[in-house]
Amino acid sequence: MVELRSITVRFPGVLSLDGVDLTVRSGEVHAVMGENGAGKSTLIKALTGVYRIDEGTIRVHGEHRHFGSTRDAQLAGIATVYQEVNLCPNLTVGENVMLGHEPRRRGRIDWAATHATAAVHLAALGLGDIDTKSALDRHPIAVQQLIAISRAMVLESSVLILDEPTSSLDRDEVARLFGVIRELRSKGVAILFVSHFLDQVYEISDRITVLRNGRLVGDYATADLPRGELVTKMIGREIDDLREIARATERDIDRTAEPVLSARGVGRRGAIEPADLDVFDGEVVGLAGLLGSGRSEFARLLCGADGADSGELRVHGRAVRFASPRKAIRHGIVFSSEDRRAEGIVGELSVAENIVLGIRAGRGWFRNIRRAEVDAVVSEFMEALGIRPADPNMLVGNLSGGNQQKVLLARWLATAPELLILDEPTRGIDVGAKADIQRKVADLARDGLSVIFISSELEEVLRLAQRIAVMRDRRRVGELEAARTDVQGLIDYIANAVGDDDLAVGGAVA
Amino acid sequence: MKHVLGHRLTLPAGALLLLVVVNTAARPEFLKIALRDGRIYGALVDILRQSAPLMLVALGMTLVIATRGIDLSVGAVMSVSGAVALTVIDSSGSPGAVSTVLGAILAGMGVALVLGLWNGFLVAVLRIQPIVATLVLMLAGRGVALLITDGFITTVTSDPLEYVANGALVGLPFAFILAMVAVVVVALVERRTALGVLTEAVGINPEASRLAGVRSSGIILSAYAVCAMLSGLAGVVYSSNIMAADANATGEFIELYAILAVVLGRTSLRGGRFSIAGTVLGVLIIQTLQSTMLFVGVSSAQSPLVFAVVVAAVVLFQSPRAHDLARRMRHTRPAGATTTEVAA
Repeated sequence: MVELRSITVRFPGVLSLDGVDLTVRSGEVHAVMGENGAGKSTLIKALTGVYRIDEGTIRVHGEHRHFGSTRDAQLAGIATVYQEVNLCPNLTVGENVMLGHEPRRRGRIDWAATHATAAVHLAALGLGDIDTKSALDRHPIAVQQLIAISRAMVLESSVLILDEPTSSLDRDEVARLFGVIRELRSKGVAILFVSHFLDQVYEISDRITVLRNGRLVGDYATADLPRGELVTKMIGREIDDLREIARATERDIDRTAEPVLSARGVGRRGAIEPADLDVFDGEVVGLAGLLGSGRSEFARLLCGADGADSGELRVHGRAVRFASPRKAIRHGIVFSSEDRRAEGIVGELSVAENIVLGIRAGRGWFRNIRRAEVDAVVSEFMEALGIRPADPNMLVGNLSGGNQQKVLLARWLATAPELLILDEPTRGIDVGAKADIQRKVADLARDGLSVIFISSELEEVLRLAQRIAVMRDRRRVGELEAARTDVQGLIDYIANAVGDDDLAVGGAVA
Repeated sequence: MKHVLGHRLTLPAGALLLLVVVNTAARPEFLKIALRDGRIYGALVDILRQSAPLMLVALGMTLVIATRGIDLSVGAVMSVSGAVALTVIDSSGSPGAVSTVLGAILAGMGVALVLGLWNGFLVAVLRIQPIVATLVLMLAGRGVALLITDGFITTVTSDPLEYVANGALVGLPFAFILAMVAVVVVALVERRTALGVLTEAVGINPEASRLAGVRSSGIILSAYAVCAMLSGLAGVVYSSNIMAADANATGEFIELYAILAVVLGRTSLRGGRFSIAGTVLGVLIIQTLQSTMLFVGVSSAQSPLVFAVVVAAVVLFQSPRAHDLARRMRHTRPAGATTTEVAA
């Protein structure tokens, strides 16, 4: 179906892809795996006509193709659905699905037929329940993604590329997406699937192509490639570092002292119902729950990112009110948002400027930091966190996701906080960086830093946290001791626990 | 060499140099300067003197654009400030006193500050798009100026005010010195304190900056306030040129030239990284070009056409896509051609 042979893509000074092969067959789900910077995105962009290839050939249906633009690729039957949905949020679902392919009558668009055709395409993917006349932005991101896939099918694509489609979906939504993918596979569509989630790759893919540092490692049948081996191939070394982290966090927390942060009935209408939380010295508290359960919304109230309209916050027993993140930072409470690009990095500033931004902001407009101090702080944290490339003057926007996340961690640690709130710090980053960040969090907590850790990966939460607060449907439903449960126990609790408010003895440790 | 070529100000500096060379070739006296009565005369000095109002406005515009904003009201603010200052002098018992003129300048800048805070309030607090928010004052400002002057052109006779336009300090035009002092003060404040970097951070990513503890709204508000104050000063300088407050003519179209100067100086309209030195070069390019057209005899009705060509050329030079195309064209050239190029 699609054959890429010895694809090479060069950027000024960088060999981004070096002679990579990829073959995707009809009726196959093919996963592309690799760490950040391995060349996955570059490969996708070469195949979709975003980047020009410097060497190598692309064949579609055995025919030699040369893509000068994304339009060329689309005409060749290659459709792409990105992590960020590329549709028009202000148009209706039907308009989005049919955009550019609306049935016409006497030169004018026949809207009734447009919506009817759109409904047929949606129903073919099991999305018959969506009203084609509703505005796209009124649907959750997961549904928008499925709509984007329907659109790809209107274009009669024979190759569908899904680039990190699941990173913002919850479990049910992923299941629905996979249903659609299986449906398409059975119809003979070739599907290229890029994801960081190992579970999902093993669940859905038939073959796996592994890339490392812009080179091809190999092409394997999923069934013949055990997970451990896959991870080893991706990062090129064995790791049981993660298991060490688990041992390190098994320790007792003194919960008789005054908590670092104590929230009572903190809520915000339309975002999260009033909830309580205590975080003690050196403790890692996990916030678990599905996407949209109110995890992030709650965290944002604790750090002044959003304003709470009820409840009380105490820092070391003293009542505080955070009108802005700035106030919270002054009390030693810092927050790293789940949206790294929009709310984390300042892309066009250097790594060094990004790291010292928190300190700079804290000192005010007119007190500058001396050059020597900047250099000292930057080199200390770049080394401690292993930020690559080790060039403080590089623009942070050019770093890989994992390294950007490390830069953000450095920014917060440089302000010497007492409580670090991390919202999905490891989403969409590679295994190596993930292990680095988890290890760092565990180390920091052992040295007395308190952490609130939010992640969709329950293994990660269980590994790092001593205590886990569980959220569901914008409410805090209970709390678990990490040492006394496992992934299955946590899933059951997230799914079934009765809320504190409903039951006086509720929230009991399962 | 590569370092010089790679610098972001190489292009505007080169353009300015080119203009000077062309002018000198056309009229050798262009570069000639004469020292008379302790002050320097010449075409270059005239350019510097005339550049003062635009320099002040473009300086403020740089800060606003760095925050991802734009200020269309600078011309109107100039007009209001000029009207206020000249009305103060006109109604004073001693229009020739230095204290009166100083008070008038402060009054003009004070009113401008209020207008700037209004702009900043609309943008930073009410989150209205900058182009719309400042459009309000752009339209209303001249009306306010006409109210202040009662619909007349207020003319005054005041030696200290005339000194602002025509006086000389250490041989150089006072107006130019004034503008350069403003440039140096703003540059020092921005670059020697954290303000410059924080402004860039807010311009690049306002939400990330807010979460990092930066007072984003405060920075945006202050950029509009400073821009308006500098425009207010420019309004007084402009009025001192004609010794009159002409509500309609003061600062007409200056917002467009100020934006052009900022863009010529390689500050992106998308906000973020800004260059004050670049803006200074941009202003000098515009002023030299204007003087060139005057000399060549391009009528004032046709001069916008020349500017349009310049803008088109600049936009083309700064577009990454145009560079990409140019690079590709070079790459597809036959190998022989490339070799000779290297050899040359």
